[in-house]
Amino acid sequence: MAWTRDQMAARAAKELKDGYYVNLGIGMPTLVANFVAPDVDITLQSENGMLGMGPFPLPDEIDADLINAGKQTITELRRTSYFSSADSFGMIRGGHIDLSILGAMEVAENGDLANWMVPGKMVKGMGGAMDLVAGVKRIIVLMDHTAKDGTAKFRKSCTLPLTGTQVVDMIITDLCVFERPQKGQPFHLVELAPGVTPQEVRAKTEAHYEI
Amino acid sequence: MNKVFDDAASALEGLLFDGMTVMSGGFGLCGIPENLILSLRDSGVKGLTVISNNAGVDDFGLGLLLHTRQIAKMISSYVGENKEFERQYLSGELELEFNPQGTLAERIRAGGAGIPGFYTKTGVGTLVAQGKEHKDFNGETYILETGLTADLSIVKAWKGDPYGNLVFRKTARNFNPMMASAGKVTVAEVEELVGPGELDPDCIHTPGIFVQRIFQGQNYEKRIEQRTIRQPEETA
Repeated sequence: MAWTRDQMAARAAKELKDGYYVNLGIGMPTLVANFVAPDVDITLQSENGMLGMGPFPLPDEIDADLINAGKQTITELRRTSYFSSADSFGMIRGGHIDLSILGAMEVAENGDLANWMVPGKMVKGMGGAMDLVAGVKRIIVLMDHTAKDGTAKFRKSCTLPLTGTQVVDMIITDLCVFERPQKGQPFHLVELAPGVTPQEVRAKTEAHYEI
Repeated sequence: MNKVFDDAASALEGLLFDGMTVMSGGFGLCGIPENLILSLRDSGVKGLTVISNNAGVDDFGLGLLLHTRQIAKMISSYVGENKEFERQYLSGELELEFNPQGTLAERIRAGGAGIPGFYTKTGVGTLVAQGKEHKDFNGETYILETGLTADLSIVKAWKGDPYGNLVFRKTARNFNPMMASAGKVTVAEVEELVGPGELDPDCIHTPGIFVQRIFQGQNYEKRIEQRTIRQPEETA
């Protein structure tokens, strides 16, 4: 049984440590916030200029001046601070954010990440993704193991334009978890979803990895 | 010295010319200078290069200036919410330069601070790095990015005073402070123009030196792109 999206997010939440400052990408990574352990106190950063992001508002709390990087309405907490985009990316590029969890189209065996553009299709832009992967201390990718047509997304090298080179530290898919001890080293298969075999992962992965 | 104007049209008088570069504050539709964008549209100024993180939506924000074909080029980090933008870009009517969001913010900050260029790790090894100077510091590779300035910056704040001091509210601050510093002329619209001394000097986000003209805007729509809520019974 492959992991569901919620189970993938719950697995990613295990990587959050008490005291971490964390930036969650748009889409599946935002689900991770729902699975933070009660004894782990983290602070979420939103790159449009907020530290200490709270949950979605109650209907009567909606404030047009208070949104996250996905342009969703959100709330503040007692720890919240607001700042400009320059200060926000100073935190990101200055290496002050502990962890970012992002989606991906492709990851290469050397940690290259592609998640912002498909040539020939309308390009929406990279937003803050290139800054996050260049500056945040640890990068975790949450993605389906294969594309809709069955193509492996963890590959020898990326075919799509890159977001960053050698930036990924951990990959959580619906089938398994890959991790590498440090940049420059190969990824290891460290965990399987229930009922998933190493042979199945091997068959659906193009990248080299170690067991 | 008088910086205070009655409205957007009077505040922009004498500042506009075809082919000019304009910085426009905001993130998505949050913290955008609604009155000034409408006034730019009504002025008919064209051939604009607009520097803004996003490009509005089809019928609001900078989308209004795309609809009237007043924009020739956009410098942005993300433009996913705008169909007319997509059409003009794919047909070659509109030029587009993507910057990583942090690079864009820092280019504007640098421009306003008199810094012509800086090195950053962001974009190394990607399309963004093509044609840019590379330099190693302490064993890591960085690329050279240049500072950005504009003929005109239009920004939106929550409160302002007659000296041009500005206070922003929550995440509506975003790109507005840096853009205020990077315009040859900066025009600010505020929800509330207060009297001298009414803003706490310790809590001013943009000092008045960066703002040449200011007015109290009207009819703020403050449109929300993604209205997401939780129900009362759900726990935080």
